[in-house]
Amino acid sequence: MSDLTTKTAAEIAALVAGGETSAVEVTQAHLDRIAAVDDQVHAFLHVDTEGALAAARAVDERRAAGEPLGPLAGVPVAVKDVLATKGVPTTVGSKILEGWRPPYDATIVERLRAAGTVMLGKTNMDEFAMGSSTEYSAYGPTRNPWDLNRIPGGSGGGSSAALAAYEAPLAIGSDTGGSIRQPGAVTGTVGAKPTYGGTSRYGLVAFSSSLDTPGPCARTVLDAALLHEAIGGHDPRDSTSIPQPVPDVVAAAKLGATGDLTGVKLGIVTEFAGEGAEPGVLAVFREAVDALTKLGAEIVEVSCPHFTYALPAYYLIAPSECSSNLARFDGVRFGLRVGDDGSRSLEEVMSLTREAGFGPEVKRRIMLGTYALSSGYYDAYYGQAQKVRTLITRDFTAAFEQVDALISPTTPFVAFPIGARTSDPYQMYLADLFTIPTNLYGGPGISVPCGLSDGLPVGLQVMAPTMADDRMYRVAAALESAVGTFTPPAL
Amino acid sequence: MAAISREEVAHLARLSRLAVTEEELDTFAGQLDVILQAVAQVGKVAAADIPPTSHSVPLTNVLREDVETPCLTPEEALSGAPDVDQQRFRVPRILNEDLAS
Repeated sequence: MSDLTTKTAAEIAALVAGGETSAVEVTQAHLDRIAAVDDQVHAFLHVDTEGALAAARAVDERRAAGEPLGPLAGVPVAVKDVLATKGVPTTVGSKILEGWRPPYDATIVERLRAAGTVMLGKTNMDEFAMGSSTEYSAYGPTRNPWDLNRIPGGSGGGSSAALAAYEAPLAIGSDTGGSIRQPGAVTGTVGAKPTYGGTSRYGLVAFSSSLDTPGPCARTVLDAALLHEAIGGHDPRDSTSIPQPVPDVVAAAKLGATGDLTGVKLGIVTEFAGEGAEPGVLAVFREAVDALTKLGAEIVEVSCPHFTYALPAYYLIAPSECSSNLARFDGVRFGLRVGDDGSRSLEEVMSLTREAGFGPEVKRRIMLGTYALSSGYYDAYYGQAQKVRTLITRDFTAAFEQVDALISPTTPFVAFPIGARTSDPYQMYLADLFTIPTNLYGGPGISVPCGLSDGLPVGLQVMAPTMADDRMYRVAAALESAVGTFTPPAL
Repeated sequence: MAAISREEVAHLARLSRLAVTEEELDTFAGQLDVILQAVAQVGKVAAADIPPTSHSVPLTNVLREDVETPCLTPEEALSGAPDVDQQRFRVPRILNEDLAS
């Protein structure tokens, strides 16, 4: 393994800017690493070798010409296959979009290109971002670099596994119920869900539009902040984009790295500190809380009584929005079409196409959402879930009157063995127990590695008020300065 | 008591335009029943006078300037379509033959 693949994004950018290495050299080192280990990990669905090397050459030429380079110029990045990439296959982990090459770039992809980052390829994910293990990808599971027989989390398991396997120093994910933070936690990497509306959804294949939030994944908190800054901010092409500047997350990460949390008040969510998490996770979490106390933080317990209902509310709201959003996959404008032999009607072809193109979890959620939205059930299910969403938001608002940020374990359990939860869908849903409330509220959340339980990574989640993303970066960077980063066994 | 019957799942599949198999119906009926019983917990929350939240961003009527901006060419817009005819998406017949003739 080349030394270049073990460096942070900040280090790589400095080496490229200083002329100590070239963007092409850095990119080739990562492409070589992918070639060496990805048959074991399967983090990537598509590696864009030519596109990556061309982007790297462009950075090197700009530097040679004396043009200014951005803070991430020449740094490779892996992009979750949920974002449209012009001319580069985009499948969303589904057979229904196999072979689709989008005619445009998502805003985030445009910004990555403008920042001079080098896109290595597209990463594996649960189909349509529905899942917590990447086992629901139509293209086979991704494996956790810490233990190849275990899941890397999901839905963005490919992005997080690529980081943990040193195939990329940066990656993009999307978080609807925990799909950035939970894979981060179980792979020992950092994953941040920005404030909803803080990062553009333009070109993000929609799953649940009121919850979907693209965001940064990295091996260090500072790297995640640098990526967050590069991709965040208002986008007129997304009508739910917040017309405000990105909070100064990079400065906050640097402040946190000094290891001083004096004057910062953190709340442990009572409902998430006892039941629901396995003992090993709770033990590591408590040690991390002690570390935060030593850094000067004041820790109190805060009750958020409606968080208990977040999981059921989410599994009504998200499937409802998904059943509506996925109606666009009708075999007409893009992707698969099945059974069009002249003998069948449009509706029959549509039903055969969707039957063949969608996997079981996507079908379950479409039907669940269709049920929750149908007349007669609407008030009891979808309508009631929306009211619970209001109460969860009020819990957050009340909590943030008492504390600066909330903390919890990111996930109730460490990476589980592949196949352990696929036969019982609801057991899979429990993986997102602690991450879902933040999505319903719309605020930011970050997972930062805080220790190992039986040799497997545990993440600590920091949740902050809407548009106070900087606060969570400060706390996460401080914890990182105390507990360090975690490296999986060599592949 | 089951929250959802096999027949109801078959109806949902039709509404969802999913030509599911008989075997899938058996599997989904059991699984959806477990999920529905779990999510029905939201009914325990006293929320009669609580307003619903559909969205966390308090923005309304987001408008842009009425100016022309570059967009996809017809070729680009049709580039991913399964079937194309004269710059249009070609679809299977929509009306049955009696009505169409």
